[in-house]
Amino acid sequence: MAEKILMKGNEAIAISAIRNGVDGYFGYPITPQSEVMETLMKEKPWETTGMTVLQAESELSSINMVYGGASCGKKVMTSSSSPGISLMCEGISYIAGAELPCVIVDVMRGGPGLGTIQPSQSDYFQAVKGGGHGDYHCIVLAPAYAQDMYDFVDWGFELAFKYRNPVMILADGIIGQLMEKVELHPAKPRRTAEEILEAAPWATTGKPAGRARNIITSLSLDANTQEDFNRKLLAKYDAIRESEVKYSEYLTDDAEYVFVAFGCSARICEAATDILREEGIKAGLIRPITLFPFPEKEISRLAGRVKSMMSIELSLGQMVEDVRLAADGQCPVGFYGRQGGNIYTPEEIVSEFKKFNNLK
Amino acid sequence: MENQDIMKPENIVYKKPALLTDNVMHYCPGCSHGTVHKLVAEVIEEMGIQDRTIGISPVGCSVFAYNYIDIDWQEAAHGRAPALATAVKRLCPDKYVFTYQGDGDLASIGTAEIIHACSRGENIVVIFINNGIYGMTGGQMAPTTLLGMKTSTTPYGRDPKLNGFPLKITEMLAELDGTAYITRQAVHTAAAARKAKNAIRKGFEYSAKDIGLSFIEIVSTCNSGWKLSPVEANEWMVGHMFAKYPLGDIKDVLK
Amino acid sequence: MNINWIEMAFKGTIEIDTQRCKGCSVCIGNCPNHCIRLSKSVNGKGYRFAELATDGCIGCASCAIVCPDSVITVYKVKI
Repeated sequence: MAEKILMKGNEAIAISAIRNGVDGYFGYPITPQSEVMETLMKEKPWETTGMTVLQAESELSSINMVYGGASCGKKVMTSSSSPGISLMCEGISYIAGAELPCVIVDVMRGGPGLGTIQPSQSDYFQAVKGGGHGDYHCIVLAPAYAQDMYDFVDWGFELAFKYRNPVMILADGIIGQLMEKVELHPAKPRRTAEEILEAAPWATTGKPAGRARNIITSLSLDANTQEDFNRKLLAKYDAIRESEVKYSEYLTDDAEYVFVAFGCSARICEAATDILREEGIKAGLIRPITLFPFPEKEISRLAGRVKSMMSIELSLGQMVEDVRLAADGQCPVGFYGRQGGNIYTPEEIVSEFKKFNNLK
Repeated sequence: MENQDIMKPENIVYKKPALLTDNVMHYCPGCSHGTVHKLVAEVIEEMGIQDRTIGISPVGCSVFAYNYIDIDWQEAAHGRAPALATAVKRLCPDKYVFTYQGDGDLASIGTAEIIHACSRGENIVVIFINNGIYGMTGGQMAPTTLLGMKTSTTPYGRDPKLNGFPLKITEMLAELDGTAYITRQAVHTAAAARKAKNAIRKGFEYSAKDIGLSFIEIVSTCNSGWKLSPVEANEWMVGHMFAKYPLGDIKDVLK
Repeated sequence: MNINWIEMAFKGTIEIDTQRCKGCSVCIGNCPNHCIRLSKSVNGKGYRFAELATDGCIGCASCAIVCPDSVITVYKVKI
């Protein structure tokens, strides 16, 4: 039986990084995720695993430290919250353009602008549709439990290195701050220099005689070269769409109505589903665990046989656009959201569900 | 003795360093970048550290530096090279890590990154090319542009009321506790280039001593941006740039 | 060591990769013996290139050190 420890979602990120052989963390304080770096600094992993932890002068700098570390084939990560992620978007675009693996954690808070420090899911567009410039995608993972925060760090690096692509863990203030029991899987050591050469032969590790120099760049001034590269990225994204979709379903087998929700909203929708079931209404829930790639096929399949779907998000309605694209007119798709750090109750969702579906 | 008799391999006293690739440089005729690239290549070659050196060149004319020096390179976003270098050196402390940055990059958009890398005392080398102008984008005003100097965004000359004053960032960085060696050099004459090379070598050697950041400014020409011939640009640099940016060591913690 | 500088004389010469030379002329002003000039003809890129004009070269390498395109190889013998 693996060890279980009570911890915050943000702490789970930090502990997971240390226990999963991450080489470096570079960050800048911002609420509601400061516990990530605070936990790392308290744990002093440089004395145990040799992990580097550094507080940078800005998010711009921390994401570029990630760029530098990832260029060396190291497992490097950062974390921030919405306004900080906005600052990082330049670097994320460069990382995507240079095809570097890394993990970026966004513990979302309300915006736009300085907004609020309370939880929100209003950075779905930023995370899933780009954020930075140019044709690129991050792989986006949406945790709903402190355990997910722990597990997704390792999963994120696995995907990041498999596809040479940035991975974003899109959490929110609730998941970051809630305390839950987290099962600690057996620890993994950091990669050795030889293992890095094997996992990342493209990395800038110093050019020995006999190999061409390794160059990490996102620059190609020639139009055809750039277009070829964009097509190569598209092929990669298509492969990710084909192989890496992950979602969970709750009572969808016989459902006539389906909620679509991710992260903390999925947990609240699960409770709303239970209330509706008790009332004899056949509700169900699909929770996208990967937001890119989005579970389009599964939502399309459900849309073909239910009376309606409803996207429930802590935003003005962002993921709902992708739900509607996936449903493609097969059933009505409704939306309910709260903003500013306000959270819906299951009862509130039930009430909005009934309004949308003209049910008493 | 005829020249043909002298041109034998055993009589070679100077040639292109092996670490410079055969790619023709994209720089304009007479550009200081080429000379500085050569000096960096010579230092790496003479120290025998090709397999342990990682160069980082951000946006600017030298963004293509990776085409010319035969080592592993990272190309960074505008101004961010010191952040990359920080991570590389901390994660790979046995490597030699240097950035190669222009004045628009280092002294304008990248001021936060260079100041904090210096302040943290990162054990890296920074080569700072100061030609007082943005070369790659077509000759706009840089933070280091001299007062009165005409550029495409100061067509009537830099006016401090309109455009502020030239930034002597090198002197600023010397004030920071994390810097070990700060110097200002040039490469317009053979004597100056030899001194600049010695400074670059010292920077690389210091970066392995865990004593902080080494910063080598090279006052340079941008004859295309300055709208002068290469030879006239060198003369103008001596007559004008050196007055504001005097050559010599500014700080050396081991002296 | 007692060196007789008058008797100690060098002869040098330079080899210029004329196809890579951009004719910037920085080498010309750096030659202490004024032995380099620009050619009358042009290379494949359309540049007039540097060439040795006199046999006064002493192999000091000043021209090569300041050459931004590293096109000059310097030879030197004691005579």
